[in-house]
Amino acid sequence: MCMSEGHTPIDSLLSYLLWLIISIVMLVYLTAAIRQIHSYRRWSRWRIFSFMCGCVLLAIGLTPKLMELAHYDIRVHMAQHLLIGMFAPLALVLAAPLSLALHVLPTQAARRIMQVLSNPIIRFISHPMSALLLNIGGMYVLYLTPLYKASLTYPYLHHLLHLHFLLAGYLFCWAIAGPDLAPRRPGMRLRLAVLFLSMATHAYLSKIMYAYHLPKNTPHTSGQIQEAAKLMYYGGDLAEVLLAVAFFAAWFRISRVRIKTNKEVRLC
Amino acid sequence: MHREKYVFVESRRSFWTTFLIGAGFMAAVDEIIFHQLLAWHHFYDQATPAISLLSDGLLHATELLALVAGFFMWADLRQRHELSAGYARAGFFLGLGGFQLFDGIVDHKLLRLHQIRYGVDLLPYDLTWNLAGLVLILIGTGLLYRAKKAIHSKSSDQNT
Repeated sequence: MCMSEGHTPIDSLLSYLLWLIISIVMLVYLTAAIRQIHSYRRWSRWRIFSFMCGCVLLAIGLTPKLMELAHYDIRVHMAQHLLIGMFAPLALVLAAPLSLALHVLPTQAARRIMQVLSNPIIRFISHPMSALLLNIGGMYVLYLTPLYKASLTYPYLHHLLHLHFLLAGYLFCWAIAGPDLAPRRPGMRLRLAVLFLSMATHAYLSKIMYAYHLPKNTPHTSGQIQEAAKLMYYGGDLAEVLLAVAFFAAWFRISRVRIKTNKEVRLC
Repeated sequence: MHREKYVFVESRRSFWTTFLIGAGFMAAVDEIIFHQLLAWHHFYDQATPAISLLSDGLLHATELLALVAGFFMWADLRQRHELSAGYARAGFFLGLGGFQLFDGIVDHKLLRLHQIRYGVDLLPYDLTWNLAGLVLILIGTGLLYRAKKAIHSKSSDQNT
């Protein structure tokens, strides 16, 4: 086996630290939501539920046992990727944490958040195209280059990858369908086109991984890699369809509001 | 006059929305059963396997998005009370049959992108696939004719 040190106590410690951070984030969201409801303003229970789900999925994805198994078994690695990079981010984005923060925080702080959001760099990376490149593009780099093998050897790279999965996944869901506001979010047609590209390229990557036993030069058997690719194909499909449902549901809600005010809004 | 134009718009929207659902549904049946489960063919079989897989990825994304978009557009027509049931039924069947016959004639025979199977006598497969598509189209056409007649008789009732 080419793995250098496998799983050390420091890795377990890090996992517990991550769990602590997730718990704190969850508590902060809950407190903010309760404050919002207590001040006689509305905050959907579905959003609270969605945030809890996101945190739980993330915590499962970062379990020390999974972390350890993922070193040896690419199927576990793929399950982690689905949880951390696709399902958890979608649930977190649908909980609209940014809107909640803007409601609850004092005006001065909310204004500062808006300033940060309208920063040209943030605007650039939150464009659906850049988010797609960071998200799916990152996966192409991981599985088609020696990066995957390197991530097995260097633990810090491994953790960095998880962080990238989470951030890029969140960024992508937010840019495509987030209920949270995004500065100058492009129109529906462009976002739909990017969503289409993302579904097609994700399906394609998992299929060539299956057909050509990618990533190359790993300690995993071909059978394991094929099963991982299958998991990626079907799991990724489900996540992307859910994202598409979130995207069209947002349009559907706008349409319902417009019917009440008698304004015309059509899809595309 | 205004009323007639409105009826025309809502029936056209009902028709194309369910046409999208029908075409997406048949594409999903084709892609999931023949491409994935049976692995008889890919969407484009005239180049390297990598290109074939890419073409399947594109078809897959298209069909899934068409289904999700179609169902939301259908639900939106319902929440506006603008769904014309007759046109919607016709659209669904013409979408199913339209995709199948287009795939059977244009993709298989004219463009020769792929065949249903390889290494066997194609005729029974081609006949089954295309005749099934034709039957669906005939059902859809019949439903469309009925929906049109229903609207005309309704508007002539109102005129008298």
